[in-house]
Amino acid sequence: MALDLLKEKGVPLDRQKFTWKDLTRRTYSKLDDDAFTRVRVILMNGIESEALRFSHACARMNRELREPLALIRRVEQHQQTLVNWMNPPDQSPVETTLGFEQVAIEVTASVAQHEPDPYMAQTYRFGMLEDFDHLYRYSALYDRLEGKDPNYLIQSYSDIIPGRPTAIEHRHPLDDIRRPYDARTAEPLTKIHALTITAAEHQTHDFYMNIGPMFTDPVARQVYAEIASIEEQHVTQYESLMDPSESWLEKWLLHEAAEVYNYYSCLHYESNPRIKEMWQRFVDYELGHLHYVMELFQRLEGRDPAEVLPRELPEPIRFDSHREFVRQVLRDEVHLSAKGTEFVPRTEEAERTLLYRQQLNSEGSPTEIAAAGYHWRPGTELSDEAERLGTYAEGRIQ
Amino acid sequence: MERKASEMGMNRTGTKTSPVNSKKAIEGAEKAVPSSPGDASAIWKVRQEFAREVDGLGTVPPPTLKGMAKAAVDMLKGGRSTVFIDKLGQRAGFERTGVRLYESALSKLDVFGTWEGGPSREQMEKIRLDELSHFALVKRTIEKLGGDPSALTPAADLQANLSEGVPKMLADPRVNLLQSLEGLLMAELTDNASWELLIELARELGHNEIADDFQRALDVEQEHLALVRGWLAAGVRLEAKVGEEAAGVPA
Repeated sequence: MALDLLKEKGVPLDRQKFTWKDLTRRTYSKLDDDAFTRVRVILMNGIESEALRFSHACARMNRELREPLALIRRVEQHQQTLVNWMNPPDQSPVETTLGFEQVAIEVTASVAQHEPDPYMAQTYRFGMLEDFDHLYRYSALYDRLEGKDPNYLIQSYSDIIPGRPTAIEHRHPLDDIRRPYDARTAEPLTKIHALTITAAEHQTHDFYMNIGPMFTDPVARQVYAEIASIEEQHVTQYESLMDPSESWLEKWLLHEAAEVYNYYSCLHYESNPRIKEMWQRFVDYELGHLHYVMELFQRLEGRDPAEVLPRELPEPIRFDSHREFVRQVLRDEVHLSAKGTEFVPRTEEAERTLLYRQQLNSEGSPTEIAAAGYHWRPGTELSDEAERLGTYAEGRIQ
Repeated sequence: MERKASEMGMNRTGTKTSPVNSKKAIEGAEKAVPSSPGDASAIWKVRQEFAREVDGLGTVPPPTLKGMAKAAVDMLKGGRSTVFIDKLGQRAGFERTGVRLYESALSKLDVFGTWEGGPSREQMEKIRLDELSHFALVKRTIEKLGGDPSALTPAADLQANLSEGVPKMLADPRVNLLQSLEGLLMAELTDNASWELLIELARELGHNEIADDFQRALDVEQEHLALVRGWLAAGVRLEAKVGEEAAGVPA
């Protein structure tokens, strides 16, 4: 049965407590847990990271909200810690990167399929094909730098093939801005979707900006620089979907609703019982936050939260493979680019985008170099070479 | 291109760089009182507490039907085929990474050149192919035993994490060929010891044919180890020489 947001009160703020051990003791297993457990952990780290980012911006602009924002923000900080610390330490930064791209493919695919507004849905499909390509580029890098199989992480749920090539994803900033939804008429799910995908992409950007310089290989460093730039484009794109005329409190209320929705989706699909318990706990914490902000919304803006919130939570995000949908979008829409706020065939790109791209790629394209001729195979592309060469039982190639 | 591994320069990491500031820093540290009593064992205790509470890295995937039958036979013999599959997965992963390591080293050879007693292109290309061949051998063995060679086993994950610095430093453009050999030495030492263990395990489980194949692989790995040791020793000795004797010193 769907969750009634207005009735379910969750855990009150003053009962939301942590210890350092509690924050850090759980990890999932890179080997044994389902890839979607990693996807959920990465997504929710992004959602909480957005909660903090928004809360700080809001506190800088709204004196009367500073105290309530500080109270809730501290809990969100610790929720983010607990979630992010579930990434196991034997999972290297490039392995976590593969997880980030799987989030961007599978979660965006689910959102694109459930999005009621056709322009928004098109925007999600557009961005998804670009992240889909990033998975392929990073897979090639992982395989070629370390001789390891990206499918250890992907677990065959997503295809490892080119999408819209990263080298041509670079667009002029003015061709990355989209039209916002109208807060008065848009469905609550449209608003929640925009927040969710913006949060995920923003955290992806920040992650790549943090770990990119930790690589030694010059191509790896450039690939992270190049893809981080696309993630910045994606944040520009997705955040512009949100109506700037919403009040700060309205936006805060939507953030809390999106957090409940996302944790609820995780809870719905989780296969690891210990992690499921944690999703349940945070659904309850977020309901506590939501009701706290609902009260502020009523008191300070004199508005009914039901104007903004869905009564019942929509169908959860589908944490599963969207292979056929992704392949169909790839067939139909890989040739698209954007001009201003509209999607256009690549032949109609703006001059400013062509010049911008030409400049950035003028000393070579890192993502093209990393994946030159790359075909993923179970056991890495070296399996192919080993088979082609033929081997002798004595373990020596003649 | 010449770039020595051990040139004298403006290294600032020691206290002798700044005697005045170091004196103050040392005096300050001596006077300060820790906020809690005890020593480094406080960290060990928490580590022990967590070790008792958490699960391991993960498991070995179940075998195919064919593999199950073989596993049952091994169990009757008192052997644990899961351990064997785990270690085979480790060897497959390490050998494959080894191929990439020699690719990195070869790219250094192009830039920095070799030295008297140092590696040749032919030698390193041959070792690269040997590593690839060993990967293929282990992969075939896992398949024969009904395992999944594409899976990451706990032993493979462990060894990859233990040795993660080797591919990392070999890919670093600031590291020259002589420095890269230190990484190859670490890899070859581990490889030799791991093959020895794997052969023992194969014999104990009654897989004598596999053990014979693996012994031939170990013979080749022993050659690799001797070569890498020799190249490294020759290079370091040359770099340590001064004056005219240093002609042909590794860059």
